[in-house]
Amino acid sequence: MKAAEVIVKCLQLEGVNTVYGYPGGAVLPLYEAMRKLEMNHILVRQEQSAAHMASGYGRVNNTVGVCLATSGPGATNLLTGLATAHMDSIPLIAITGQVNSKKIGTDMFQEADVVGSSESFTKHNYLVKNAKDLPRIIKEAFHIANTGRKGPVLIDIPKDIQDEEIEFSYPSEVDIRGYKPTISGHSKQITRIAEQINNSRQPILCIGGGINSSGCSKELVEFVEKTRMPVVCTLMGVDGFPNGNPYFAGLLGSHGYPFVNKAMNKADLIIVIGARFADRSTAVISHKNTSQHVIHIDIDPAEIGKNVKTHTPVVGDAGAILRQLNTYDYTSDISPWTDGIILERKRYMEENLNREWDAQGTNPCKLIKSISDKTGSKAVVTSDVGQNQIWTAHYFLADDSRRYFTSGGLGTMGYSLPAAIGARMAADNDTTVTAVMGEGGFQMLMGELALVRGHDLDIKVVIITNERLGMVRELQLNAYGNESYYGIDIGFNPDYMKLAEAYNIKGYLIEEDSQIDEVLKEAYGTNEPCLIQCRVNPDFPTLAHWRWR
Amino acid sequence: MNKDRHVLSITVENYAGTLSKVAGLFTRRGYNIDTLNVAETMDPNISRITVTVTGDEEVLEQITKQLNKLINVIKITDLTCKKSILRELMFLRISSTKETRSEIIQLADVFKGKTVDIAPKSITVEVTGDEDKNNAFIELMKPFGILEIVRTGLTAIERG
Repeated sequence: MKAAEVIVKCLQLEGVNTVYGYPGGAVLPLYEAMRKLEMNHILVRQEQSAAHMASGYGRVNNTVGVCLATSGPGATNLLTGLATAHMDSIPLIAITGQVNSKKIGTDMFQEADVVGSSESFTKHNYLVKNAKDLPRIIKEAFHIANTGRKGPVLIDIPKDIQDEEIEFSYPSEVDIRGYKPTISGHSKQITRIAEQINNSRQPILCIGGGINSSGCSKELVEFVEKTRMPVVCTLMGVDGFPNGNPYFAGLLGSHGYPFVNKAMNKADLIIVIGARFADRSTAVISHKNTSQHVIHIDIDPAEIGKNVKTHTPVVGDAGAILRQLNTYDYTSDISPWTDGIILERKRYMEENLNREWDAQGTNPCKLIKSISDKTGSKAVVTSDVGQNQIWTAHYFLADDSRRYFTSGGLGTMGYSLPAAIGARMAADNDTTVTAVMGEGGFQMLMGELALVRGHDLDIKVVIITNERLGMVRELQLNAYGNESYYGIDIGFNPDYMKLAEAYNIKGYLIEEDSQIDEVLKEAYGTNEPCLIQCRVNPDFPTLAHWRWR
Repeated sequence: MNKDRHVLSITVENYAGTLSKVAGLFTRRGYNIDTLNVAETMDPNISRITVTVTGDEEVLEQITKQLNKLINVIKITDLTCKKSILRELMFLRISSTKETRSEIIQLADVFKGKTVDIAPKSITVEVTGDEDKNNAFIELMKPFGILEIVRTGLTAIERG
């Protein structure tokens, strides 16, 4: 059998039926094999999108998304998408074509050192030098991508290798000597944690994307209801815990709520589960409170103690450890502490939604709140990067069936639309899919709008426009004063309604708050895709309290 | 040896690109490699990479954890904190005249060095030892005029 066909067979045995890609000379044999073996191929408009789509697709399906690119520019375009997935620990398989193995290093047409350049953006990568290794490599790649701390794995396959004849047999087992992730938590550490919780008066639980990777929302809710402690989250953890749950406090960090950060500073016990505790999360935490005890639970030992001093480290899978923790009784009465934080959340949210905004344009927080109300019990909302990301993270009420996807770690503009396309292709018909973005991010990968119509995907594309790159503008304002805006003016915006028409998608324009409900009602009332432009005043702040404190 | 200096012995699966993954990790995470050497072990599928790095306990812990994350890394041993034997091989080409030649050879003998090449104006000596011994020998040779130094970097083994 042709090696190219072996590749496709292996993918099919891993349960892959859709791949996102862009063809080219170095993947010709692979595309011929996909045609023969009836693989569903989605032609993207730029390879970066292929990775974002595979990521959205895989996250909805709970599988490993697959993206494909040709050698050289195809592969280098893919890199930003891989780096995005790597930072957020999203499992992906990326297959790239490479020039003939005998010619590698001669600077052939469309040659690039993809294994070298993707080294720091992938969990692991392979350059296939012998066609016979392909089944083993593909088996290993899926295993590595989807176990332990998940992440993207790239397989670079020279064209001549794809053309070789080999015998097909797919291994059933994987044995990698240096790769054995720890799953269960150390039982002594678990007992210690249970004791620490019972001795604490002001505990706080901080969750990250690890909850979703492990798929343990149910176990988490049980744990929180047993311990009655407040839950705060990172950007990747927004949909890890039901946002409507009475113990939910909200987002922490530089773009989080002031009351959450205050609580993080006052807490006597911080339990971090499945979070990196990165700079955006810890920036606002002062280290003055030295009596704080930090418990860090993560599947990646390298994350523990990297950014924050940890007193009790536990390595393992979030779900497995929560199940272990749920076998203990928790007796400490912490209700005054928890109630205080939850009350502050309620007050803050109401104040900011109802605050009078006297300038022209809509209130984006109201827009997202209304989207949150209209999206139904099964939803995927993706957001881009910038102000729209923070507004969405705060006002879309997420949970494990109302997912929130965003580029949390790398902060990749352009992510929202392709991720929503992948999510839509994986989601069932009861699920609404909404892509929120600013005009900056939209225009980075707006070519993908063709797929929305081309595949008749019911996606509500929400573009929040303020003629500026809003978050950078705000950074300039805070750093250098209000005379210092530079390079953030969009300058020219296309007519989004005509653009929608050009793509044969219905367009809506929202210019003031009073139009929000009517437009959303119509948009979510059909199974048709649409593009909603919402005009927002450039002075509207990312976080309400930044302006109205 | 500086107390923050560590010799890490890393066994890896012998695939193409593994060394670049290990070395690349140091660059990426902002750690400096002082010395590095690589060779096969008794199992041809496994190579040993010996690196010397400088860093406090925290840095060393991060390096070790990050290295452990590399799929092809099998085991990392810190050979500084255990009883281990450290050695480095070094060639020194020293400027010499008829008058100084025998003195250099005598000094090399004291350091259990071998004279491996003699030319009209220079002499090449091979010395094996730990870093302190090798550095001492270099100091001793400086007055004669050192023309070139070639060092392999440390390699190490645990005591049995």
